[in-house]
Amino acid sequence: MLTYVLKRVLSTIPVMVIVAVLVFLLLRLAPGDPAAVIAGDYATAEDVERIRTQLGLNDPMLVQLWRWILQLASGDLGTAIFSKKPVMELIGQRIEPTLLLSLCTIVFAVAVAVPLGTIAAWKSGSLIDRFVMFFSVGGFSVPVFVLAYCLIYVLAMQLKILPVQGYKSPFDHGLFTFLRHMVLPVLALSVIFISLIARMTRASVMEVLEEDYVRTARAKGQSEWKILMKHAVRNAAVPIVTVIGVGIALLIGGVVVTESVFNIPGLGRLVLDAVLARDYPVIQGLILFFSFIYILINLLIDLSYTLFDPRIRY
Amino acid sequence: MTDTQVAAKTTGAAAATPVLEVRNLSVALPKGADRPFAVEDISFTVGAREIVCVVGESGSGKSVTAFTTMGLNPKEVKPVSGEIILQGEDLLKKSDAEMRRLRGEKMAMIFQEPMTALNPVIKVGDQIREMLEIHTDLSAAEQKERVLEVMADVSLPDHVKMYDSYPHQLSGGQRQRIMIAMALALEPGLLIADEPTTALDVTTQAQILDLIKDIQRRHGSGVLFITHDFGVVAEIADRIVVMQKGKIVEQGTRDEILLKPQHPYTKMLIGSVPSMTPSHRVEIDKRSPALIAQKVNKVYGGTGLFRKSREVHANKDVNLVVHRRETLGVVGESGSGKSTLARCIVRLQDPTSGHIEVEGADIATISENAMRPHRRDIQIVFQDPYRSLNPRRTVGQSIVEGPMNFGVSEAEADSRARELMEIVGLSPDALDRFPHQFSGGQRQRICIARALAMQPKVLIADEAVSALDVSVQAQVLDLLDDVRERYDLAMLFITHDLRVAAQICDRIMVMQNGVVVEEGETAKVYADPKHEYTRSLLAAAPGRDVAFAK
Repeated sequence: MLTYVLKRVLSTIPVMVIVAVLVFLLLRLAPGDPAAVIAGDYATAEDVERIRTQLGLNDPMLVQLWRWILQLASGDLGTAIFSKKPVMELIGQRIEPTLLLSLCTIVFAVAVAVPLGTIAAWKSGSLIDRFVMFFSVGGFSVPVFVLAYCLIYVLAMQLKILPVQGYKSPFDHGLFTFLRHMVLPVLALSVIFISLIARMTRASVMEVLEEDYVRTARAKGQSEWKILMKHAVRNAAVPIVTVIGVGIALLIGGVVVTESVFNIPGLGRLVLDAVLARDYPVIQGLILFFSFIYILINLLIDLSYTLFDPRIRY
Repeated sequence: MTDTQVAAKTTGAAAATPVLEVRNLSVALPKGADRPFAVEDISFTVGAREIVCVVGESGSGKSVTAFTTMGLNPKEVKPVSGEIILQGEDLLKKSDAEMRRLRGEKMAMIFQEPMTALNPVIKVGDQIREMLEIHTDLSAAEQKERVLEVMADVSLPDHVKMYDSYPHQLSGGQRQRIMIAMALALEPGLLIADEPTTALDVTTQAQILDLIKDIQRRHGSGVLFITHDFGVVAEIADRIVVMQKGKIVEQGTRDEILLKPQHPYTKMLIGSVPSMTPSHRVEIDKRSPALIAQKVNKVYGGTGLFRKSREVHANKDVNLVVHRRETLGVVGESGSGKSTLARCIVRLQDPTSGHIEVEGADIATISENAMRPHRRDIQIVFQDPYRSLNPRRTVGQSIVEGPMNFGVSEAEADSRARELMEIVGLSPDALDRFPHQFSGGQRQRICIARALAMQPKVLIADEAVSALDVSVQAQVLDLLDDVRERYDLAMLFITHDLRVAAQICDRIMVMQNGVVVEEGETAKVYADPKHEYTRSLLAAAPGRDVAFAK
């Protein structure tokens, strides 16, 4: 087990290096120039050139890449071009809303999707099943921002039961205010997640219900409900948990959009602002940070398999 | 439950009234099935303290009978007439809730494959305890105590510790004992066993059969025992019910059916059971070896990063020679390494070390690319014809694929395929059909044709007849023997079934834990086994005291 964890942690290093190089190259290949943004609309070509030299952007690409890799190796994500603050510090300032938004979304999505999928599998072919399947196709198809604006229009502007946008930290404003502001973003963000997990749960539970040990449980005289709860769900857990892990990637994309729509000052907004300003160190740092989180969560998920299935040993 | 209660119960359900009485039962199949009824107008009884074997080939309706009694059939398979009376209660008139109460309490079932029949993520003790949880008001401690009691009753070693084991940590025999313990937990009057030993090794099978007999005697329950294996029937049955295509063709006591069968189908079934007496084989020319293996080793595992992980020696210094036109049998129980050996020889797995010579070339450790030209010389037929043919390709496509990979033109491969279909006893017109349109035996014939299309020198049959019904098994064995002669093949025949091995093998090799413990001419090994393990294998073969016809 320990060997396995160590191996997996070590194997993240090459992955991070590849991600770092790719991000670096992609950014340089994309059009746009931070120097031009800094210099403003009325700057002369000389001004821009001077700023480029100051920022080291005129050095050969490989030199820039090497400089950045060295910096990363010493544990430094770099300094933002505009705010002149270390990227690490920026992430630290903005992480709370994103973390809480993601956490609430995952908890809510799992709490809704797993029972829905399980019931759909149990009553497969019934009206409930068809509703769940219809909902999940819909959930996949509607973009997050469309859904977000619809929710804002109905629940916040017409019915006026929830705030339109903004973020209130639970530590400064209390849990209730925090939750009131979280409802809409979490709803908008979780729909696609719910669709994904519900579908997977349904497929997985349906498969388990065909297993011989479910027949054995019936032969014992066990009731259908208990069979579902005791025998089916736990055996169906591994693929469900896996899809939750894969879905983290979806969540990261969704966070950027959701935070913009609801004006939440989190990492998603930080990404967006950095992209618009071509603030290379911030973009690079954030993408590396997100990939690291993604890898870490998936490692935790792989380890969690041992909780569900005693046959899995690392 | 105390001993006096048990005694009261057994005397209460006296032998005079049967535990189970099935009267004129018909069960309908859904529309579009190959026949309207799964079982049609069947009647039989199971008395207390009696083991009744329902025997028949696949599709005979024997399992449907068992599942209908338990009320576990899929919704589409409905009983339409008749009665199933269990200790005075008609099961077909019961509601779902009442059936749930009866299942486990009045009747319990043991399934074929104990690995899949047990939930892999729940401790075995808790799985037995679930039975008590559902049907009794005992406290948790009392439940556990009772579970340990039944676990001891089925002779599980170290049962206190085993309570907390998961199914995958136990052996096949132990898992089946757990299933039996579970069925016994509430002392049901009727025990239904659906092919309970089919997935087990012969020596384990013998132990489980003994256990079932012993338990039935001690607890006085009636046993409905479903099987396709006449050897097992001979071991365990008090009475026998023979089924064919949903109907009972004959029933009677063990001796009546086994020794004086009346119905032609029963006679055919009993006549198809391969005899333990090796058949006479013609002398083989021992000057032309087609396959030589020397010191073949296969080791699994053993590469840990920090500590040495567990190594498994699946094959240990295995030597063998198969001559042209000769059949060498490799017998042994699961885990003996016989299948690994087959896979190493065809290079579906890479042997760790050793030499394997086919047609003069050593293929044991050459690269995959260098192996390719030799692939056609050595072909394999697998156990399960349902899964070894690609369901999305026609039979013809499956057969011509191999030769065409080696540059044979499509027209030639096609005409070869047509010819082979006739040789294996199928119509060449069937080449355009898909595997699911054939029966198991026909599919195995197709697999043999597929292997022969490559014009191999060596044919490996890995449990090639194990999944087939006895009557079909006999035909496929004849076919294998026929093609061996026709094409001068050297055949390596892997099997766990000593009866089958006796019929087809010139020589025989007995493997245990990856090591060859005995080797010799089949007749000699059977008549005078030298090794302790061979003796125990031969002794465990069920139904040895009945002289089956062939």
